[in-house]
Amino acid sequence: MHPPVVTSNGFIMKQADQKVLLRVDHIGKHFPGVIALDDVSFDVHHGEVLGLLGENGAGKSTILKIISGAQLPDSGEISWEGANVIIPSPQAAHALGIVTIYQEFNLVPTQSVAENIFIGREPLHFGCFVDWSRMRADSRAIMARIGLDVDPDALVSELSVAEQQMVEIARALSINSRLIIMDEPTSALSGAEVDRLIGIVCTLKSQGVSVMFVTHRLEEAIALCDRVTILRDGKLAATLEHDQLNISTFIELMVGRAASNLYRRPERRHQAGEIRLSVRNLCSADTGDIRRGTVLRGIDLDVRGGEILGIAGLVGAGRTELARAIFGADPKLYDSFLINGEPANINSPRDAIKYGIGLVPEDRKQQALFLQLAIRHNFSVASLERFLRARVFVDEPMEEQELERFRGMMNVRMTGPDQLISNLSGGNQQKIVLSRWLSLDPKILIVDEPTRGIDVAAKAEVHEILDTLAQRGIAVIVISSELPEVMAIADRIVTMREGRLTGELSPAAATREKLMSLMALDAASAPWGERMDG
Amino acid sequence: MAEIDHATRKHSARSGTLAWKIISRFAPLIFLLVMMVIFAILEPRFLDPTNLFNVMRQISITGLMALGMTFVILTAGIDLSVGSILAVSGMVAAAVAKGSMGNTLSLGEEDAIGNAWYWALFASVAVGIFCGLVQGLAITSLKVPPFVVTLGGLSIFRGLTLWFSNGGPISGFDSDYRWWGQGLIGPVPVPVMLFLFAALICHIVLRYTRYGRHVYSVGGNPEAARLSGLAVDRILLSVYGIVGFFSGLAGFVLSARLNSAEAVAGIGYELTVIASVVIGGTSLFGGAGSIAGTVVGATLIGVLVNGLVLNNVSSYIQSVIIGLIIISAVAFDRYVKTRRR
Repeated sequence: MHPPVVTSNGFIMKQADQKVLLRVDHIGKHFPGVIALDDVSFDVHHGEVLGLLGENGAGKSTILKIISGAQLPDSGEISWEGANVIIPSPQAAHALGIVTIYQEFNLVPTQSVAENIFIGREPLHFGCFVDWSRMRADSRAIMARIGLDVDPDALVSELSVAEQQMVEIARALSINSRLIIMDEPTSALSGAEVDRLIGIVCTLKSQGVSVMFVTHRLEEAIALCDRVTILRDGKLAATLEHDQLNISTFIELMVGRAASNLYRRPERRHQAGEIRLSVRNLCSADTGDIRRGTVLRGIDLDVRGGEILGIAGLVGAGRTELARAIFGADPKLYDSFLINGEPANINSPRDAIKYGIGLVPEDRKQQALFLQLAIRHNFSVASLERFLRARVFVDEPMEEQELERFRGMMNVRMTGPDQLISNLSGGNQQKIVLSRWLSLDPKILIVDEPTRGIDVAAKAEVHEILDTLAQRGIAVIVISSELPEVMAIADRIVTMREGRLTGELSPAAATREKLMSLMALDAASAPWGERMDG
Repeated sequence: MAEIDHATRKHSARSGTLAWKIISRFAPLIFLLVMMVIFAILEPRFLDPTNLFNVMRQISITGLMALGMTFVILTAGIDLSVGSILAVSGMVAAAVAKGSMGNTLSLGEEDAIGNAWYWALFASVAVGIFCGLVQGLAITSLKVPPFVVTLGGLSIFRGLTLWFSNGGPISGFDSDYRWWGQGLIGPVPVPVMLFLFAALICHIVLRYTRYGRHVYSVGGNPEAARLSGLAVDRILLSVYGIVGFFSGLAGFVLSARLNSAEAVAGIGYELTVIASVVIGGTSLFGGAGSIAGTVVGATLIGVLVNGLVLNNVSSYIQSVIIGLIIISAVAFDRYVKTRRR
């Protein structure tokens, strides 16, 4: 198309491509039985933030792996500053200046911040002794570039998730990255921390570093990205310029059909029934474990059958701790703890299950799934008592039948009960975790981050499932970091901050601003909602 | 690394996934069969039924312990003390059978005093279970890692055996007692029958019962198991009881086979036992593995030793070869499994 020119440093460049840092050209990638990527092309410009959107399974991870050197493409080409390159390993990607920050950080928790930043590239005295003073000084200089103020000698395990992420970014900068790829960097961050990350990304941009950014949160893509590339079913759906970015376009391109609203608010609200759970002055008990999370301070809460109670709060507000305390996973103190009006003594998840409480935990992989085991096994682990012959043998046909019932009800896409759970997408895994609890007929179901890391279509399905459960009279408690999600599905929203409840709103009265002020400001100064003293 | 990965993916896509699925599932078995074919070609005596039963008899003692070890390793634990538990239980069994600590009554075929074999069997199994449970308690309540607890146990139980027996053997049992180690059922040695029967029971327990499912769950993800309402500590405790039971049983059978309980019996057995389980494809990280694999793994080691002996390989070199085979069997298993993905 364009006449090639030879630049001063000898690279052959196409003239019109001066602003292009990385070009992905007609990339294809096949796995046995699956076409992961089919003819995908896009560019990353110098000093821009490019968003990468797509449902789970759209090919985002595969393209990231190819760019970061973890996999080679089957067809197509990659060019870096106009020169064709082959990236056979992550080291090769680093040498070019491409660094990828995955959702699961690549940090050594037992080592210091400085050691992590310079891991494998420690500055040395005489070629063998680590030059600690230089390593600390260099770490400080790099951290200053992104406004991270922590002690270079602090252990990474002592940092918050947000700080750990910034250490990853600092490490990327220390190897002179020109392109930093972030895989869902905001999924583990709270609102304030997201703002800070956005600030850092802008700083990087102004320093000429390009950023590629994968996210499920569409609002963030608009706030942060200069352009957005959208993948669908392994193909390029579109690359949108900055003035074309809006949520309904994203959704239309991601799912391939127009979606009027991301979270459709159901018409009918639920009829709240009897009080199922009532707690007064619930506090965390001191276990002497310094690693425990936020301390709960005097929670008063009632939840009725047939309602969805939304709990909103920033990360660290104590939402997960509240769920775990109710479920008996962490020790607690209280004035009263009633289930169906009767005092309940719950000291372990086992006790909680006997009282008909279920918990879908926040971190699916770490806390809910048995990744090396089959779907069947993951489904029935809590309810095996119901599928027994002669009291000890698992009645597999009966188990299968029940699993099949839930598969149909929840539209789980799977090949059979003996498929490994790790081969399912996040949304389908979450449905299996939900059916694990539903097979126990719970009276109270606590769902912590029901749609974390799952795609838009599956999100809507999970919301529908929760809605159905409330209609059946189950008391559903939903904890979510996504305010639109809480506002769309809850019949009642309570907010938390620093281990206390700070307010209660009906969904009709709730706006993002009101919720955010209850979540982020001192209870005394919150201008909206019923104040709660505690 | 990435290039290899890439190349194998391409390859597996083309060569048909079904064949690879089968190979990966039965990798240890295929390895065993290939080895048997090689030995059979090198030395036809290898296939002699007497020789094959001999192989099975040799593996039956460590095989029994490996069955118990499979439960432990499935929970991501380990038990280094099995050899010492074998010794202490065997010694207790012998003492019960003789009704005394000494060898003075060992000359007669039927001793006038002493207890019947079933009391000896009961005592050895009870001692084995007790040792296992004590260690299990230390692991679950004191939160000391299994490796450390059972390393301690390895020393403690050996010391107790030596102290108890004053370092010497207790020998000479009646024929009913000896039948458990030396007898035949048809052409099949009793220990082999015992091993195969126990393997069948363990297979059924792990594969078809609620308890078996729980063992896999606790090993696969203890936190998820706890949040699913499983009594994680109780399950962990039980697997150490099970490996203790099998070590006790093995102690009894070994003393019956040798017609003597030795204070130094079973030294180093833990390595063979763990190797059997690991070669059989059970993951040291827990949650994946099977009894069938362990039986294959135990047989593989037995066949290897036997084949090397038949081919007049020096016993020094045998050790070297066994070590290499252990590593290559697991490497082959891993290679085939990653290739499938």
